[in-house]
Amino acid sequence: MSAPLLSVENVSAFYGSIQALKGVSIEVADKEIVTLIGANGAGKSTLMMTIFGQPRAREGRIVYEGRDITQLPTHEIARLRIAQSPEGRRIFPRMTVRENLQMGAEIDGGQHFEADLAKVCELFPILAKRIDQRGGTLSGGEQQMLAIGRALMSRPRLLLLDEPSLGLAPLVVRQIFEVIAELNRQGMTVFLVEQNAFHALKLAHRGYVMVSGSVTMSGTGRELLARPEVRAAYLEGGR
Amino acid sequence: MEYLLQQLINGITLGSIYGLIAIGYTMVFGIIGMVNFAHGDVFMLSSFIALIFLLALSQIAGITSLALSLFIVLLLGMVLTSLWAWVIERTAYRPLRGSFRLAPLISAIGMSIFLSNFVQVAQGPRNKPVPSILADVITIRQGENYTVAVSYKQILIVVVTAVLLAAFWYVVQKTPLGRAQRACEQDRKMAALLGVDVDRTISLTFVIGAALAAVAGLMFMIYYGVVNFSDGFTPGVKAFTAAVLGGIGSLPGAVLGGLLIGLIETLWSAYFTIDYKDVATFLILAVALIFMPTGLLGKPEVEKV
Repeated sequence: MSAPLLSVENVSAFYGSIQALKGVSIEVADKEIVTLIGANGAGKSTLMMTIFGQPRAREGRIVYEGRDITQLPTHEIARLRIAQSPEGRRIFPRMTVRENLQMGAEIDGGQHFEADLAKVCELFPILAKRIDQRGGTLSGGEQQMLAIGRALMSRPRLLLLDEPSLGLAPLVVRQIFEVIAELNRQGMTVFLVEQNAFHALKLAHRGYVMVSGSVTMSGTGRELLARPEVRAAYLEGGR
Repeated sequence: MEYLLQQLINGITLGSIYGLIAIGYTMVFGIIGMVNFAHGDVFMLSSFIALIFLLALSQIAGITSLALSLFIVLLLGMVLTSLWAWVIERTAYRPLRGSFRLAPLISAIGMSIFLSNFVQVAQGPRNKPVPSILADVITIRQGENYTVAVSYKQILIVVVTAVLLAAFWYVVQKTPLGRAQRACEQDRKMAALLGVDVDRTISLTFVIGAALAAVAGLMFMIYYGVVNFSDGFTPGVKAFTAAVLGGIGSLPGAVLGGLLIGLIETLWSAYFTIDYKDVATFLILAVALIFMPTGLLGKPEVEKV
């Protein structure tokens, strides 16, 4: 295997004195879909944010496109064409849908804005209807689509998605997973954090399982789906 | 009737100046949640800068055209005051970001004291008289025993304020810089995730606020014909009051609040006693805040979750 697009090497991160990540190592190869599953509070979202230096890794390093980005300021990491649809969606509530999407396109000066807007509206037609509405007035599902759309506006090479299925109707979840698969077919690398382990593992090429700040298992999506401990913990509701 | 009309004209003029200063308070509060107590002193400093340039242009450079020299003074004043604000933000506030909440506030009070003392030492404690300019008046209405007049400087103040506010509104609403600013105001972390340089945006916010305060400083100097090192305090507190009354964080609120404070102060002085004009202003603020804690336009956004 050639050098991975993103590699997280032995990273530890803290919130104050609480250790949220304990020596995590993960690799994401170019044009792969990699998923990270785990229970609430396992540190999945922390890892997503640590890739962007929020909080910054206290130990270990993060390498992207062969370059150590561990100490790079957050906004410069974003400019390397890594985009994130973060936990909690973080839509700008007092900006319109269009302005939210414009914020996503800011890193390349908005030169492809109209073309990319059309693409995003094709993926999520509801956004076209809401285009002049304020972000804060959208429903949860619409906000989720807007968050993903906003991340896509920067034409990322690596897309980080944190729980894109959270709080959405099953039909919408299926639609979003189809969009992820389609984006990947077009050449985008996706790193996906999910609690919806079944869907995520079916979609992903490879997966990691995280338990209280450490990676405990890894393998292809199929392998993990077959593992009894994964089934017991994440797929059968702990029965 | 004529008397009231005259007071309204005076009140709107004064209110324009307050509004320009208030924007600096409200923008900085919106983006970093800090009351920049040194902003009033930046305003005072800018009126001295304006006076120095005005004298230099007429005495040393020998520019006789008033319009030209006012224009140059305005531009230079905005640039220099912005530079001050930039340095202040870098030295007194940015190092304390991420520290406990009160730290930058205390630093701002310290900076306020430093600035007024610096000007006192550098320029002397006495009132500096300003050569009278644009004092001619246009009579609007000749009453039986009262004449309503508007002076050229009042027209200048209101027109310049309106033009600048329109330009400023355009920047905030329509340009990438304005969007970045609003994004930082609503969610700084997310803005950074989208590639916005948050520190730079905050610096620019201080710089824009100071540029508007510099305009207010020049207007204040022309209007009152005198500047003093302690002039930062009262107009500063009034403008802060205007920002709170309008709803802190809201830009139209700051302008509306400024106009209201200007009108209240002027009308009170005209009909009651001038000694209590500041009391009246702050009393109305207190009453307004009891019944409308978020200010006039600072309604919290209804958000679906």
